[in-house]
Amino acid sequence: MNRLIERKIAENVYRLKAPKKNLCTDTTAKVPSSNPGQPGQVHQHDIAIVGGGMVGMALACSLASMLLTKHLSVAIIDSNPALFNGVGVKKEGTPDPRVSTVTPATISFFKDIGAWKYVEDNRHAYFDKMQVWDYTGLGYTRYNARDVNKDVLGCVVENRVLHSSLLSCIQSTDFPKTIYPSKLMTLHQNSSSMGVGSTSSASPSCERGHPVKLDLSDGSSLCAKLVVGADGSKSRVRELAGFKTTGWNYSQSAIICTVEHSVENHCAWQRFLPAGPIALLPVGDNFSNIVWTMNPKEAADRKVMNEGDFLKDVNYALDYGYGPHPRSSTLGNGGIFSWLKPDVTLSANESFEVPPKVVKLASERMAFPLSLMHANNYASKHVVLIGDAAHTVHPLAGQGVNLGFGDASSLSRVIAEGIAVGTDIGEVSLLKKYEAERKLENIAMMAVLDGIQKAYSVDFGPLNILRAAAFHGANYISPLKRSIISYASGEQRLPIFS
Amino acid sequence: MASKLPNQLRALYASTTRHRLLSPRFPNLNEVFRDLLLGSNGRLFSDAPSPPQVSFSPSTPVPPPSGPNTSAPSSLNQKELVEFFASAETWWDSEGPFRPLHAMNPTRLAFIRSTLCRHFGRDPCSPRAFEGLKFVDVGWCGGILSEPLARMGATVTGVDAVEKNIKIARLHADLDPLTSTIEYCCTTAEKLVEEQRNFDAVISLEVIEHVADPAEFCKSLAALTVANGATVISTINRSMRAYATAIVAAEYILHWLPKGTHQWSSFLTSDELVLILQRASISVKEMAGFAYNPLTGRWSLSDDISVNFIAYGTKTTSE
Repeated sequence: MNRLIERKIAENVYRLKAPKKNLCTDTTAKVPSSNPGQPGQVHQHDIAIVGGGMVGMALACSLASMLLTKHLSVAIIDSNPALFNGVGVKKEGTPDPRVSTVTPATISFFKDIGAWKYVEDNRHAYFDKMQVWDYTGLGYTRYNARDVNKDVLGCVVENRVLHSSLLSCIQSTDFPKTIYPSKLMTLHQNSSSMGVGSTSSASPSCERGHPVKLDLSDGSSLCAKLVVGADGSKSRVRELAGFKTTGWNYSQSAIICTVEHSVENHCAWQRFLPAGPIALLPVGDNFSNIVWTMNPKEAADRKVMNEGDFLKDVNYALDYGYGPHPRSSTLGNGGIFSWLKPDVTLSANESFEVPPKVVKLASERMAFPLSLMHANNYASKHVVLIGDAAHTVHPLAGQGVNLGFGDASSLSRVIAEGIAVGTDIGEVSLLKKYEAERKLENIAMMAVLDGIQKAYSVDFGPLNILRAAAFHGANYISPLKRSIISYASGEQRLPIFS
Repeated sequence: MASKLPNQLRALYASTTRHRLLSPRFPNLNEVFRDLLLGSNGRLFSDAPSPPQVSFSPSTPVPPPSGPNTSAPSSLNQKELVEFFASAETWWDSEGPFRPLHAMNPTRLAFIRSTLCRHFGRDPCSPRAFEGLKFVDVGWCGGILSEPLARMGATVTGVDAVEKNIKIARLHADLDPLTSTIEYCCTTAEKLVEEQRNFDAVISLEVIEHVADPAEFCKSLAALTVANGATVISTINRSMRAYATAIVAAEYILHWLPKGTHQWSSFLTSDELVLILQRASISVKEMAGFAYNPLTGRWSLSDDISVNFIAYGTKTTSE
């Protein structure tokens, strides 16, 4: 028995001493980890985060930033080479079309975990104004950050910038993380809670206390107490762990691209068209990002049509296309709402503006289908889902990744509270606390977004009038406007009972 | 000794017919509770003569406890092991019949953590705040309290007069290296005092209301505590609200506990507890109550000590 142990130790030491391939060619930060992809060896970790995207990395950073959790050994499983090599994002050049609008609540979260300073080093665009209207020209709403006494309504940041900021943040700490550049193949849990153990003695099994075994595509295996599925809408963890989902496809696809103006844009614009909304978001310098939702056939056409025609379509959609401009009201006179004069917000005085003209297409056009999906449960024994793996939403309010960051923040806090009182982190009752908190908030947001999407997809006279009334109401009834801003900013957790 | 149990169990599992374990996961609740609470000899946690109990026969014949650490593999029979396995699964299933107890556990631990970290001058933000301290957990919790305390770094000794509970606790604790260092003894507080054991903190939750002579029990607990050590006791207050909640609601309406688990007359009021602890040279420093929110199903600490409450006291230095 002792000889066997000695031999195993000798083998492992040999493996560790084997020459490490230097995967980095430039001076960007390297991941300080031993070469983990050795078949036959089973590594033991506390938490295995499957998926090292924005939300998975945010969870890792959050755990690294708290005293109670910074000792946890975390494995991050993602085959994206950027994670293993270290990412350097060029600050010049045109912005990538994949961007996210981060709400003030997410900005606070990033500041708490120490990642926001890296975002500010790269291109990012704060905006403090927003205008929403539709093709009927019957109403519009303008939002301003000053309505709620804040400086910004949000910030638009490229996804790769967010990701590399989180990566830089975690590499600047000495958090015991190991990155596995591989994909998850299978997941085994000890079937009985009393630890019957693995059936064959040939394959190395997990140590006591690490009941979940993950097998990766490169042949290596690892064991963990808790598996976090942060692997996106087609989550493998969700599939392997048997979580059921509810949802439907919207019969819409979204086209995204970066465009350029001749002037700077500091406002976020969204116009609801008969087929779906078009959004113009500032990304910095003279660039803006377009997210245009339409039916799949049109999306396929628009993706391949020539640049000039596409730009013409975009300007048409943002300006005079499909319907007239809304009439802007004169100073403070909101018609039937004029009795609210004393309490009227700053933005209610602003008149309707036409978005800046798009002069150039600055990136390729990407199209992807839209759907709504929600996992019926987020947590089961030793497995938990966060981010898009648990829920996907329509992009019309820019909330998707913000819900994911909210999940990461909540889960890391629940884990810290569990460790404070000595709970086993894979314990279902602990994970259900996270689920209870986030499910309610996520479902509320999804209901609101789905409702808006459905309300705007029907062209029916009385409904159009109703929507116009909604625009006017949101614009002139200040408490309602403040409430909408604060809910969309993530400051208010639920739409009704804050 | 204790590590052979899981191995035995594995061998047993492979050979035993599976259908026994697939039979109802939730055995008759009353039986389970009575077994766990009273075991085979009807003795509770103190050697003092117990009040007359309704006699009943336990579900399986359990050999009489033969000493403090009685997990000698040869004395276990196969039938027993399988029974333990089934009971343990139920016991530790946080969504199973013991759900209210599991739900209350983090709240109790939060109080213990906050008071004992302050008492021993430890950093509450450290994951292993109780490193180097010796705790004893006197009670029938089957390890529910001992394991988190061990994870928080304490050297824990778990004491229970019922052999079965000890075995269940041992089986579960051996699953995780962090908790396998817990020492489980099948004994009573009085016997530990005779062995002159001492601990930095003595914790006894939800036990004193089942004991025949609370004053003697407190004296034993005090004798186990070192000078300037801490004692934590939790119980149910003898108030009208407690009768309505802990007995009527919990036993008759919600069926959280089998009828007859608690006797209202053996509850202690908070004043009485403070008094008997004082007589045992423990001065109570803090008390808190547990409030249950039926909407969320969670317990939280509160100032209301009229139903469940927990008290933390320190041993005054004696002559």
